[in-house]
Amino acid sequence: MIDDRRRKWFDGIVWTAAAVGIAMLVDAAHASDHRYAVDSATYQSECGSCHVAYPPALLGAGTWREIMRGLDRHFGTDSSVGVSAHAEIKAYLEAEAGRPRSAASTMRISDSPWFRKEHREVDAATWKSPAVKSAANCGACHRQAEQGDFSERNLVVPRRESR
Amino acid sequence: MKIRTQGAFFALLFLAAAAAAEVPADYLRSLDTAARAGNPGFAGFSAGRGAAWFGSRHGTDWSCATCHTDNPLAGGRHATTGRSIAPLAPAANPERLSDTAKIEKWFKRNCNDVLGRACTPAEKGDVIAYLTSLKQ
Repeated sequence: MIDDRRRKWFDGIVWTAAAVGIAMLVDAAHASDHRYAVDSATYQSECGSCHVAYPPALLGAGTWREIMRGLDRHFGTDSSVGVSAHAEIKAYLEAEAGRPRSAASTMRISDSPWFRKEHREVDAATWKSPAVKSAANCGACHRQAEQGDFSERNLVVPRRESR
Repeated sequence: MKIRTQGAFFALLFLAAAAAAEVPADYLRSLDTAARAGNPGFAGFSAGRGAAWFGSRHGTDWSCATCHTDNPLAGGRHATTGRSIAPLAPAANPERLSDTAKIEKWFKRNCNDVLGRACTPAEKGDVIAYLTSLKQ
């Protein structure tokens, strides 16, 4: 009887440990990768001239739709695109969208808890340094951001006092 | 792969530089016609006027030079996002001002941001005259 109970305890602990282990492995694989597909030439040329062509997977389809609805007043600037480019980009972003991540009210990737967690080691002075200036300036540290590669391998945080 | 992509990019850049692109003549003509229609005394585009206009603010916090700097032969930076911007003067960047649809797209976006309205044909012609007058 006692053995049986012990056995159940043991089984429970083993299964829990296994589950935690698998979750950690999955998380680690996800966290160490940070490479995303950005593979629409139209999206890259139309949207990537003012900011990095953000990986579609970083916002949900609903947010992308909303962004595409208001390009003439896009975070304070007019970023209108032609009719055919608009249709193509919208379809691409919706098809490649990820799970909703950001607070729907701001539509900014940088406002999401996920983004803040990923950047928790970046201090305020670095954000404000002339080389960075804005959370939109992914390329300041993620040297391969244009290619959707945000891996730590290609991460170089500029020195705060530089330039 | 990455090296090959970079190689192709520089090869293209070289080809683009070799083929000195020009502002499409029919686009300039259409600007000129529209400018004359709006002002009977219009006496042609002026690089000097374009230069002054490029560096001035027009009712907002930004001028053209805010992002493109006051030397369009050099690269600039987007005032909000910090993204680098390739030089605007064709002498430094032959791809610039070579495609009517692109020119008009950027005038629409940037005039709205800098002037809060569309640019007039005279303003467009003047600034093009200024940018094409610059030599390295």
